[in-house]
Amino acid sequence: MQFFVMAKTVLKSLFRKPATVKYPFGPKMLSEFARGSISIDISRCIFCGMCQRKCPTGAIVVTREEKTWNIARLKCITCGYCVEVCPKKCLQMSNQYTEPMLTKHEDLYKNA
Amino acid sequence: MTKRTIIPFGPQHPVLPEPIHLDLVLEDELVVEAIPSIGFIHRGLEKLVEKKDFIDFVYVAERICGICSFIHGLTYCIAVEEIMKIKVPERADYLRTIWSELSRMHSHLLWMGLMADSFGFESLFMHTWRMREKILDIIENTTGGRVIFASAKVGGVRRDIDSATLKSISKSLESYKNELKEITDIFIKDSSVQHRLVGVGVLKKGQAYELGAVGPTLRASGWSIDTRKLGYAAYKNIDFEPVVETSGDSYARCVVRIKELFQSIDIIRQLAGKIPDGPIEIKITGNPDGEFFARTEQPRGEVIYYAKANGTKFLQRLRVRTPTFANIPSLVKMLPGSSLADVPVLVLTIDPCISCTER
Ligand code: SF4
Ligand code: SF4
Repeated sequence: MQFFVMAKTVLKSLFRKPATVKYPFGPKMLSEFARGSISIDISRCIFCGMCQRKCPTGAIVVTREEKTWNIARLKCITCGYCVEVCPKKCLQMSNQYTEPMLTKHEDLYKNA
Repeated sequence: MTKRTIIPFGPQHPVLPEPIHLDLVLEDELVVEAIPSIGFIHRGLEKLVEKKDFIDFVYVAERICGICSFIHGLTYCIAVEEIMKIKVPERADYLRTIWSELSRMHSHLLWMGLMADSFGFESLFMHTWRMREKILDIIENTTGGRVIFASAKVGGVRRDIDSATLKSISKSLESYKNELKEITDIFIKDSSVQHRLVGVGVLKKGQAYELGAVGPTLRASGWSIDTRKLGYAAYKNIDFEPVVETSGDSYARCVVRIKELFQSIDIIRQLAGKIPDGPIEIKITGNPDGEFFARTEQPRGEVIYYAKANGTKFLQRLRVRTPTFANIPSLVKMLPGSSLADVPVLVLTIDPCISCTER
């Protein structure tokens, strides 16, 4: 049984800089590989609907006639399955998280 | 005879991260009986297996628990792969084992923090979680997520860790060891910690076995039983022995988890040295038909997945027996005889995960 075992740790941390990030005053540290949100390069999409078929939560809706690609951000669980199956590799997992939203809107992309 | 009072404990209580309810029958300050009730967060995930096809269900299995998410997904995958007689590539097995051990580390550190919090040692709680953050960073850098890894899939794993990263992980864990030892020494040696843990909630060797305890709770009572020894994934190629303590009290359960932390670092080092090159997944065709019991070791103990398939895309039945569910009888046996002030500590010593228990 010992006393003051923690004293060393406490003293050390007095002179160390904080372990936490001073966000929003300091930079937000995101891992390069973080699964933040899905981004699409709509000009390369061929509207095959592969991503829609494989998405486990049904977050993506693709229409071939109108050439639209629609994602419900709040449904997406950023699993990355759509990125894996896309034949044109036009989907990407970006490490930026989507912004907070007040309504359950969906993001619509259209190939003009 | 002194008058008996019943004190309700939970489902909302400061030490409980998740809801469980106990009716504590007290005589003065001493607990004479504890009656648990669960079912506050049942989500019906087992039933969902009839609606999600067997490949997509990995995502649901991962969400059964927020701490052992990866091992839940992994066990589900093992069950389905065994039914379909798939042999996953060896590299995938190694990667799965590495992520399992990282999960174990972050879970044990989480538990140590919560434990320190439950006996009122706030600064120790903060320091433990500071250490945990480093493990979470490794996890995020290799899988992209801190909680949900989304890395296990039927037939292998989704992403690879390149050998340079693996080397740097095992090297950084070596230096991490010293820093970690500084924190774990406080748990092992400090008098105020010992005052709250030594001799509290003793679970005798025979009792632990009869009540079907699993994981650290069982090993702290002197049983050398560890499901990893079955050799699933890459554990068959790794040299390790289950950590065993004999006194069966809260302190022993704490020591088992601390030793397992260092054991995990050692296992990851061995894995990083041995990992073979090669593919990380194989393509699966067809649907599963048959049934299988998969067993793996989670941070809290043994988890069992029973899966039954009938040749369609949807499994017929899935049953998950989680470690906390197996440990609740031991908890109920530990409580009588302890004082009311020790109840929070005792509830935490089995490392309860209620989301798991109720699925
Ligand atoms: S899979 Fe790729 S190409 Fe096909 S619709 Fe989706 S984003 Fe477009
Ligand atoms: S990341 Fe997963 S959940 Fe999100 S849109 Fe792609 S497949 Fe669907």
